[in-house]
Amino acid sequence: MLKILKYSFFDLMRSRWSYVYFAFYLLLGIVLLFLNNDLSKAVITLMNVIIVLVPLIGTIFGVMYYYNSKEFTELLLAQPLKRSSIFLGQYLGVALSLSMSLILGLGIPFVFYGLLKSNAIWDFSLLLITGTFLTLIFTALAFNIALSNENKIKGFGYAILLWLFLAIIYDGIFLMTLILFEDYPLDKLSLIGTMLNPIDLSRTLILLKLDISALLGYTGAVFKQFFGTSFGLIISFIMLTVWVILPVLRIVFKSKKKDF
Amino acid sequence: MNKLLVFVSIFLITFSSVSQTVEVCKSCSVKSIKEALTIAKDYDTIRLKKGTYKEHNIIIDKPIAIIGEDYPVIDGESKGEVITIISDDVLLDGLFVINVGTSYTEDYAAIRVRKSKNFVIQNVVLEKLFFGIYIEKSSYGKVYHNKIIGDAVEEYNSGNGIQLWYSNHIEIEHNYVEHVRDGIYLEFSDDCIIKNNVSAENLRYGLHFMFSNDDLYQDNTFENNGAGVAVMFSKKIKMLNNTFRENWGTASYGMLLKEINDAEIIGNTFEENTIGINIEGSNRITYKHNNFKNNGWAIKVRGACYTNRFLENNFLYNSFDIAYNSKVNDNVFDRNYWSNYTGYDLDKNGIGDVPYRPVKLFSYIVNRTPETIILLRSMFIDIIDFSEKISPVFTPDNLLDNNPLIKKVSW
Repeated sequence: MLKILKYSFFDLMRSRWSYVYFAFYLLLGIVLLFLNNDLSKAVITLMNVIIVLVPLIGTIFGVMYYYNSKEFTELLLAQPLKRSSIFLGQYLGVALSLSMSLILGLGIPFVFYGLLKSNAIWDFSLLLITGTFLTLIFTALAFNIALSNENKIKGFGYAILLWLFLAIIYDGIFLMTLILFEDYPLDKLSLIGTMLNPIDLSRTLILLKLDISALLGYTGAVFKQFFGTSFGLIISFIMLTVWVILPVLRIVFKSKKKDF
Repeated sequence: MNKLLVFVSIFLITFSSVSQTVEVCKSCSVKSIKEALTIAKDYDTIRLKKGTYKEHNIIIDKPIAIIGEDYPVIDGESKGEVITIISDDVLLDGLFVINVGTSYTEDYAAIRVRKSKNFVIQNVVLEKLFFGIYIEKSSYGKVYHNKIIGDAVEEYNSGNGIQLWYSNHIEIEHNYVEHVRDGIYLEFSDDCIIKNNVSAENLRYGLHFMFSNDDLYQDNTFENNGAGVAVMFSKKIKMLNNTFRENWGTASYGMLLKEINDAEIIGNTFEENTIGINIEGSNRITYKHNNFKNNGWAIKVRGACYTNRFLENNFLYNSFDIAYNSKVNDNVFDRNYWSNYTGYDLDKNGIGDVPYRPVKLFSYIVNRTPETIILLRSMFIDIIDFSEKISPVFTPDNLLDNNPLIKKVSW
């Protein structure tokens, strides 16, 4: 598995798209920092970008890589290798190279800006951690979609739909439900609703850092416990990990049964 | 010549009577404060040497100065009130008062001033108290450099740090109050000056006004109080250069204004409060040169607020700049700096060319269904906020800042 991971990883590292992705974050970081001149505002803008863009690029890139390297995969399958190690190796190769582009691309300008001395470093590292989690989750989801769909166009369609659903539509439905049932106690529902969507989950994680004063304005014991203590942080991280593990398990499971 | 002699002798007699000093210590002839008070004549000075004096119900009924040396401890042994001043011209300096009794029927205080004028209470440290300094029906007093550290846990069985009741022209400066119910509380007290105090970690309010008019509070710091500062049912109060920080919680405000008219709120800093200012039924207030930074809500306008003016304030990175619950707006927002402003300034005059709408649709939604706060900063919310910005339906359409500034205001 490690060999395949290494191969995928270096293959991607050499590819143009990784550079474009890396250059994009580098540019974003530089522009945000040197035009804004305010670290806390830059972190907020970055949060918006990370929450929307990272899942999108993760899904598209994952699907693309799977379809592009299909012939190579079939070649590998002819060798005496475990199926799970082939697919997991590929998956990790993609996910890690994307995460590396993200971390380096954003990290370099911030380090030059003097982040290490500023107290925004925790907010910033939280951003990078959630960004990495989102990459892992959405690449895994993309591999799932690609494994289940032979048709490229269909696969891409589903991938984009998945992103659209989790990034925007889900929140719309969520908001409507909350407003519809406003006469009922909703704290548990709203927290569960957040847990079920990795994008919302990572958003809440960052909110815990940035908008804590607003979040504590709500009267509700469950909310208060969730936001007021490190309980929220721990639960969110556990849920994010679950969100990585479940799709990865499905990759293993699906790849074993798939007929190539 | 004779006349002069008489004058001089009279002067000397008065002078010597003024400078009479009674010393109190464990080894002196006078061993207790009460004893000293019976011996002392008007305008004498009682010098309290270092030591512990277990006394309560000390009643000061003549103009006298009590000066502590090296902070002598007056221990009330939780039996009731410790010092009561009922005479004019009393000075208390450098005392350490502890263990005031708690009662549910009487407001026991460490130091109570009743119907007296021209008193000075300074350099006093109060600990383990019920009420700290309680000033009733008194005037022209000064309360300087005191430190009040309570251990209040619940509101119903704790008292206030400095309380004024029907007292006018009192100056409260450089005091430090923490862990009591209300740090400083004014009821029916006019023309008072509250300056350079720090009021922190109090159960209820850092500062609390009720029915008190024409007061000034300036350069104070209010931090981490249960509900911040409350100004209620008062007129013509000036609030200048104060700092309100980290008042977090469900019913927590940097400042709560209720039925306040004709006030001036200038040069204050509101930082990291759940609600910076909560306004209810307050009219003709000028908000100028304030900094609202990293608050949940910078300003929450409830009902019945008319002709208020918000001029040249900085709204920096608040989750919500302004929340508004009605569709009628009679308040003016002009020349503020909004960090969320996205307009442009083509003619480079420092004023944005597009008006700014400080009320977001989402803040309206959160007002209605508070749980939706969990969707804060979601992309869907950004989309609906954007559409509301273009054509306001739920928020008052005339609530806008026509001259949003491009750069932070400095003054």
